[in-house]
Amino acid sequence: MANTNYEKYKSDGSVQGNVLEWFDARFPATSMWRAHLSEYYAPKNFNFLYFFGSLAILVLVIQVVTGIFLVMHYKPDASLNASGIPVAFASVEYIMRDVPWGWLIRYMHSTGASAFFIVVYMHMYRGLIYGSYRQPRELIWIFGSLIFLCLMAEAFMGYLLPWGQMSYWGAQVIVNLFSAIPLVGEPLSIWVRGDFVIGDATLNRFFSFHVIAVPLVLIGLVAAHILALHEVGSNNPDGIEIKKKKDANGIPLDGIPFHPYYTVKDIAVVVGFLIVFSIIVFFAPEGGGYFLEYNNFIPADPLKTPPHIAPVWYFTPYYSMLRAMVWPLLGLDAKFWGVVLMGAGVLVIAFLPWLDKSPVKSIRYRGPIYKGFLAAFLVSFFMLGYLGAQPPSPASEVLSQIGTLVYFAFFLAMPWYTKIDKYKPEPERVTFK
Amino acid sequence: MSNECKVDDGRRRLIFATAAVGGVGAIGALVPFLSSMLPSERAKAAGAPVEVDVSKLEPGQMMTVEWRGKPVWIINRTEEMLASLGKLTDLLVDPKCDVPQQPEYCHNETRSIKPNYMVVVGICTHLGCSPGQKFKSGTVEGMPPEWLGGFLCPCHGSTFDFAGRVFKNKPAPINLPVPPHTYLADTRILIGEDKKGA
Repeated sequence: MANTNYEKYKSDGSVQGNVLEWFDARFPATSMWRAHLSEYYAPKNFNFLYFFGSLAILVLVIQVVTGIFLVMHYKPDASLNASGIPVAFASVEYIMRDVPWGWLIRYMHSTGASAFFIVVYMHMYRGLIYGSYRQPRELIWIFGSLIFLCLMAEAFMGYLLPWGQMSYWGAQVIVNLFSAIPLVGEPLSIWVRGDFVIGDATLNRFFSFHVIAVPLVLIGLVAAHILALHEVGSNNPDGIEIKKKKDANGIPLDGIPFHPYYTVKDIAVVVGFLIVFSIIVFFAPEGGGYFLEYNNFIPADPLKTPPHIAPVWYFTPYYSMLRAMVWPLLGLDAKFWGVVLMGAGVLVIAFLPWLDKSPVKSIRYRGPIYKGFLAAFLVSFFMLGYLGAQPPSPASEVLSQIGTLVYFAFFLAMPWYTKIDKYKPEPERVTFK
Repeated sequence: MSNECKVDDGRRRLIFATAAVGGVGAIGALVPFLSSMLPSERAKAAGAPVEVDVSKLEPGQMMTVEWRGKPVWIINRTEEMLASLGKLTDLLVDPKCDVPQQPEYCHNETRSIKPNYMVVVGICTHLGCSPGQKFKSGTVEGMPPEWLGGFLCPCHGSTFDFAGRVFKNKPAPINLPVPPHTYLADTRILIGEDKKGA
């Protein structure tokens, strides 16, 4: 019998030591602490882009905690109250006006949703430029892509709950996406709605998914993401493996224990993040109409679409792709292909590990062709995001078609341009001043 | 432990058989859960026909009524609006309305029973937004040149004429549907039922 916890972690005779020994004989407390924190060796050359993973966990905690308290007062009910206002909409206004500190908890939750996407987009961009998706981290990347999908589902379903005009018509559009699938589409969208139109049945099931089903899956995926990361070790801005150079004890020469070095650094970042977060929550919770859209302060009206509807900012790049597709193909109408394009735009990210054929991981050692494609990709992503928030027009249609083309070219032409590009040699050890 | 341990094929088959039966049971158990998400009996029962009085609807005006939770538009079309319908043939996806998006008695030039009164479900056939009025013809901001008037969907920019017919190269695939309807009197319309059903 090899080392059990009971044999590995012996008390030094002190009271704390005895308590810990008691636990270690029954639960892998010390071994988990060591494997994931005090003896998890992270590269010493992390830069600021590496904060966003920890921040994503912080925002997840904020969302879960504020969400628990919001559910105490929110009512998922689309029927009209005595004043003719939908009960769900009225319960959100009740939280904002009558529940002690309700406004703060609600604004934390609504701002938290946007913060989540800012942090996650930065986290994904970090992975993109330093090649964190490359072998052996493909599975981390796939778990991450699934987290991104879950997050989109979570945000979308949460947005229906205030039952405002944007909630209603946004859900109407997205659920109707399913009806674009040939043959099964129409029954499928009715099944998703639970009615022939968006209604009380839809509101209640979205509430159920938003507060329990999706968060459970999300937290499970986050655990899998981190476990997979700790199995292979973190990448770093140089994109080289620190595990290739180890000292006599088998510890990477360029690695430092995650705790206390990065935990302490992360605390400083958390303070900075919370300052910015608080400024938005207290002084600009609507984010200029981008975090909470003005039309959503009008109760849902199934008879009237607001003159300008747009999704919340974090969905706009993909929404633009949907709008860009106006041609029927292969006997299927443009609507179907728009949906395919939008779905492919999200899913193509997960295939990055197999699209990138370059001999180096990090942008630091990549050549001009990759950097050109990346720059074009960034411009197109921001342009699509901007256009998706604007009303449709002939000019924006053409621009979003170009943007979509560039977005996909970055991914789908990658096997080709990463092969012909010029590369600089990677260093033996990480660059660290 | 001996390495010569033989697999008992009988036992192995029993394991597979048990797993298969269990799997079928698990799939069967999904049925009630997934079915519970279908429209309830109450939702299916809703959707009675709606009676509308259009006597106060002036030419060029439009009203919206709710039928089965959807907006139904009734437009009292002017001569000018009706005249625009004939000029658009080349610009429309289905100018002759060959796709049965209307009852047979509305399969005509104006897509209506009475030429002036257009009754149509105001839900875009793309993704279900309700298009907005763009009744003014001529040069209108955000609209194609020589616009003759009609509707613009705010969500994805599909455009429709005064008969709810969709323009080409727009995301919406097909014309707006005309609901079954009938005239109870000269200016009283029953939406949701036609003479056959009555």
